Amino acid sequence: MNAALRLTDLTVSYDRHPAVHHVSAEIPAGEMTAIVGPNGAGKSTLLKALIGLAPQVEGRIECTAKRIAYLPQQAEIDRSFPISVLDTVLLGRWSRFGGFGAAKPVDLHDASHAIESVGLSGFERRPIDTLSVGQFQRVLFARLLLQDADLVLLDEPFAAIDSKTVADLMVVIRRWREEKRTVVAVLHDFDQVRRDFPHALLLARELVDAGPTSRVLSSENLLRARAMAEAWDDHAGACDVPLRLSA
Amino acid sequence: MLYEYLIAPFADFGFMRRALVASLALSIGGSAIGVFLILRRMSLMGDALAHSLLPGAAMGFLIGGLSLPAMSLGGFIAGVATALLSGVIARFSSMREDASFAAAYLTAMALGVLIVSLRGSAVDLMNILFGAILAVDEGALVLVVSTATVTLIGLAAIYRPLVVECFNPGFLAAMGVRGSLYHYLFLSLAVLNMVAGFQALGTLMALGLILLPAVASSFWAREVWSMSLVAAPMAFASAAIGLLVSFHAGLPSGPVIVLFASCFFLLSLLFGSRASVRARLSRPVHLRG
Repeated sequence: MNAALRLTDLTVSYDRHPAVHHVSAEIPAGEMTAIVGPNGAGKSTLLKALIGLAPQVEGRIECTAKRIAYLPQQAEIDRSFPISVLDTVLLGRWSRFGGFGAAKPVDLHDASHAIESVGLSGFERRPIDTLSVGQFQRVLFARLLLQDADLVLLDEPFAAIDSKTVADLMVVIRRWREEKRTVVAVLHDFDQVRRDFPHALLLARELVDAGPTSRVLSSENLLRARAMAEAWDDHAGACDVPLRLSA
Repeated sequence: MLYEYLIAPFADFGFMRRALVASLALSIGGSAIGVFLILRRMSLMGDALAHSLLPGAAMGFLIGGLSLPAMSLGGFIAGVATALLSGVIARFSSMREDASFAAAYLTAMALGVLIVSLRGSAVDLMNILFGAILAVDEGALVLVVSTATVTLIGLAAIYRPLVVECFNPGFLAAMGVRGSLYHYLFLSLAVLNMVAGFQALGTLMALGLILLPAVASSFWAREVWSMSLVAAPMAFASAAIGLLVSFHAGLPSGPVIVLFASCFFLLSLLFGSRASVRARLSRPVHLRG
């Protein structure tokens, strides 16, 4: 298997308490992989570690992707900020013009094309604080489109989103797969994962299973994941599993 | 008649002219800073930061007497140090940044008042706390105008990273950009403007001309640049009207200027074109789609 991401003995902690604990797994390149697990299982933390936003990371992350795009949870964005849809989408070209360069006509053209392909034509000049949750998610997908990344990380892309929007955005995601991009999404809807994502990674702070979705989402595995204590033991001693590698 | 009231004070008195030019420069640079302070939800932290200039200005006063360069330099150093320290404290402990700002500025105020009282009189303390825009001299004018220039050029340079840092800091981080760098660059520009405002309005109200017009502008415009464009003329108008009223009525100019800025804020709150009381009450006919 050609891996886009290889995690070896990955531990990510907040205040020394591990949110992701000794996880080793591979994520296949050019495929769609879902990360599933109960709340507090470390799914978002895992994505954050992949793009370098996590505070304390031990273990090894090997990544073959050159460009990574990341969709944050909407709560991490100030949606009342006075900025237009077009400006938000254009940020996807940051890697090309950075903080100081000018957007070229081709960037503007691509941006309006991206806005069109997520179904928001005519919204270019609208301030983002006038959009619904679903519309704003479309804006963020347009920005992802512009990032032209070979690895796309989506953190709960469909939380609080209606089925029509989910269907439209799934079209975008499937197109990424046809273009041989790797997609990794944190999801909660098991039916959707079974339907649309051939690969899955079941996390409960520790890795429960990773591989073909039909095997990973077995009732036995899900039961094990659910049994995971959502514990934050204030008196936990130092972890005695020896670290085989250090970052 | 009109000439006598509106023009003559400026035509006849050099100190009024200098005060007017100083407030024009302050308005242009400061209002853009104010808009960012609001959008970053830092209005009160900005106020705390302005107060924290006091011990630095007081040290300058102790060493150089009532000399503007010494007090300004001292104030700038104290302001930047407060901003950096609060940031560092917030990062290395679980304390929130607003709490560490509050702690820092209370310490700074106490220290500052103590230092001034070591040598100065009550009048000196009043001067430092409330400023004296009518005492703006050539040197102060150069300082204020250079500040406005540096502010506008600086903000233009860091505009895009700063905007993204405000509304989606995670995106900047994912792009490998250190957002905190722009945060601190912005804070130093803000401190610079507070230092410039300090001579005119004192450490207690330096933020008046910076923040009030910016808050008022949020009732009229809804993009960062247009908010700044609305805020600057309001700031300058409050300064000009404030100067005239204080001149004719023999009132202290700083508080009068800030009160006129408050009037602009109240009027905008009541009659602004968006999210104002009028917009709330007028119940316009809803559209078809």
